Amino acid sequence: MYVAVKGGEKAIDAAHSWLAEERRGPLDVAELSIEQIKGQLKLAVNRVIAEGSLYDPDLAALAIKQARGDMIEAIFLIRAYRTTLPRFGGSEPLNTEDMACDRRVSATFKDAPGGQVLGPTFDYTHRLLDFKLAAEGEATHTPQSEGDANTKPHIMSFLDREGLIQPEPGGAECPPDLTREPLELPTNRPLRLQSLTRADEGFILGMAYSTQRGYARNHAFVAELRIGSCPVEMDIPELGFSIEIGEVELTECETVNQFQGSKTEPPQFTRGYGLVFGMSERKAISMALVDRALRWEELGEDNVGAPAQNEEFVLYHADNIQATGFLEHIKLPHYVDFQSELELIRKLRREATSCHRQQEAAE
Amino acid sequence: MEASSLAGGFADPSQESARAFRGIMRAMSCPGSICDITGATPPAPLSVAAGSVLVTLCDHDTGVHLAGRTDTQVVRDWITFQTGAPLVEAEMAQFVLGCWEDLNLTVLATGSPEYPDRSATVIVEMPALEATGHTLVGPGIKDTAQLNLPDLAALQNNAALFPLGLDFMFTCSGQIAALPRTTKVS
Amino acid sequence: MSDYNFAYLDEQTKRMIRRAILKGLAIPGYQVPFASREMPMPYGWGTGGVQVSAAIMTPQDVFKVIDQGADDTTNAVSIRRFFERTAGVSTTETTTEATVIQTRHRIPEQALTEDQILVYQVPIPEPLRFLEPSEVETRKMHALEDYGLMHVKLYEDISAHGAIATAYAYPVKVEDRYVMDPSPIPKFDNPKLSMPAIQLFGAGREQRIYALPPYTQVVSLDFEDYPFEATKANHSCGLCGSTDSYLDELIVDDAGGRMFMCSDTDFCSARRAKGHTGTSGAPFQEEAV
Repeated sequence: MYVAVKGGEKAIDAAHSWLAEERRGPLDVAELSIEQIKGQLKLAVNRVIAEGSLYDPDLAALAIKQARGDMIEAIFLIRAYRTTLPRFGGSEPLNTEDMACDRRVSATFKDAPGGQVLGPTFDYTHRLLDFKLAAEGEATHTPQSEGDANTKPHIMSFLDREGLIQPEPGGAECPPDLTREPLELPTNRPLRLQSLTRADEGFILGMAYSTQRGYARNHAFVAELRIGSCPVEMDIPELGFSIEIGEVELTECETVNQFQGSKTEPPQFTRGYGLVFGMSERKAISMALVDRALRWEELGEDNVGAPAQNEEFVLYHADNIQATGFLEHIKLPHYVDFQSELELIRKLRREATSCHRQQEAAE
Repeated sequence: MEASSLAGGFADPSQESARAFRGIMRAMSCPGSICDITGATPPAPLSVAAGSVLVTLCDHDTGVHLAGRTDTQVVRDWITFQTGAPLVEAEMAQFVLGCWEDLNLTVLATGSPEYPDRSATVIVEMPALEATGHTLVGPGIKDTAQLNLPDLAALQNNAALFPLGLDFMFTCSGQIAALPRTTKVS
Repeated sequence: MSDYNFAYLDEQTKRMIRRAILKGLAIPGYQVPFASREMPMPYGWGTGGVQVSAAIMTPQDVFKVIDQGADDTTNAVSIRRFFERTAGVSTTETTTEATVIQTRHRIPEQALTEDQILVYQVPIPEPLRFLEPSEVETRKMHALEDYGLMHVKLYEDISAHGAIATAYAYPVKVEDRYVMDPSPIPKFDNPKLSMPAIQLFGAGREQRIYALPPYTQVVSLDFEDYPFEATKANHSCGLCGSTDSYLDELIVDDAGGRMFMCSDTDFCSARRAKGHTGTSGAPFQEEAV
């Protein structure tokens, strides 16, 4: 005799309380505070801010804690929260030239006005485990600059002055919003950039890397990479002018790419652009390379069929919340579908076998 | 703006709009069936039904066009305050409101082959709604349905555009009936 | 959850979804793009169905959720709880009592009525997607009513296997115009797609909504010499003895012994309550579990 097992609700409750216990870990170890995560795992917080598309370090830190360090889960928590927030309006376009830079490097000029500022980078660390950190070693105090408030001109502007770089016409007054309108193809650059900036870092990195290895190579030089804080201004209709409502930390990357020209037009460099919330330079550089690869059509290049040139491919697969949800949903019950396939394959095999036998008998 | 613009919306928007929408959805999915829809009390000459449709479906993202007698300052102010919907030319409108004689259907958006949904929904204020007169067949109708339609030829022409075309809602007092482009009328 | 609006979604989002539903009903089988929101549950787990349900729900509704035909599968439980918490609606497991039924992968065995609404969770709304991965191309095909690719696929199935090798998500043609994916229901359920209830399909990740008004003509694609066949396991339900319901197959012992039982749990228990018993079933007892 068979009695069907029922108990979905109880199982879910049990799973949730076990999860809470696991999240907390051993009780004899102090619980992580939001301040600790925000202060000491800042790059994790930055990634959640960037891919969650919500500039709120406290909520990002909370999400990381709640998600037990699973970054995509943390990003998901932020996205699901973000979608419930009312929209008050759009800010004025940020002027990244006004950025108070913590870091600013150019690979195309040895020196330029504003100088090279190394900032807090991993770049020249030797990747040797620092066992002093495990022994609760106190951090050394280093002289720290408070961000250079002096305006640093964009390196690109010097190329621009000489007419060496392809000009960038101003965009629409109000760019479309990827999170409020369904994605429609073919798309445009503002939408592509929106999609890339919140895209999965790993996916964009892989796409960018593929262009470097020859799948739509576009010869990128990092003209400038800058990280720092920028004021955000918003026009308040009731006041009739715009006011500063806060600042955001950003990473901006501008690349100079292969030049173009024709018999009638003198050659010019082209550009790629990356802009990401927080200190996320791997993502910003990747974004610039993928942006440039996606511009093949407007720049009159050939589509060589590379994945990074295919906007439908890139945009539909770059979002890790969409991807992880759909990927993981295959662990949900599918036994009804599977049953229909079972029946079908049994039937096809029966027919194939009997057909085979008939053939053998005839021979 | 008159004070009357501030009144006449849904008192409890999330619940009243949900109930109103079910009336609209029932009407649109069962062409010819006459359904109740209430909740809003718009200024004259709008019917309760037409006003309720507007506050249920329209907002900043939907252009509304007022045709003929419905295009009064009082109605404009009411729609602006209650929905935030921009008032636009007929060609640009997602929702068009008017009495049948005031409507110029030929200029309205009927969608494109790739996006037939980008077509206008026409809210027609009717003197009466009755389940008699013309015969309707098509999706949503079991065998046939009856409805008093304002004009046969225009609606037949519209159905011939399928999958493009306009979708109609007929309103009178607190009632609504609908005629999507799929319905064949005779 | 009182911080959230009735049925979770904000009113502006509901209006946007409601407009898409109405256009979907006006153009049966056509996929209406909509600005799907990020929901507090993962994409692929019913976010499209949940958004549609949230947009149509009234406080008076009685809500039922099934996954694989069963009310007690974990994701069905989770979605039912979500609406209990955010909309305060009453819920049921009894098909005849429900006014709104959200489903994944099945159509209930009990015939639905004009007073009911069936909401489907849809993973990939585009029936041509696995034949043509580009959305730009498939949208063109629908616009031109160019379904040659689909017929070629079905024909190739027949030449390779002697039969159409699609067992679920079997494509249909709606009102002789749009080819539509009925969501991954087994093809056993396809004949029920012409029904008195309103059917709404929500694909959250893919940002599409489509619909079938009551009594819409829905035809499963086939060929004259290879007609469509709604198939199921050739057994009867071990619990209630039903011979005409869709059956799940269970492995019941280490030797690989099999048992079959109704996938529609409410249908099965209603039959047992009426005294029907299958070969492996216990007589029905109230609250037997």
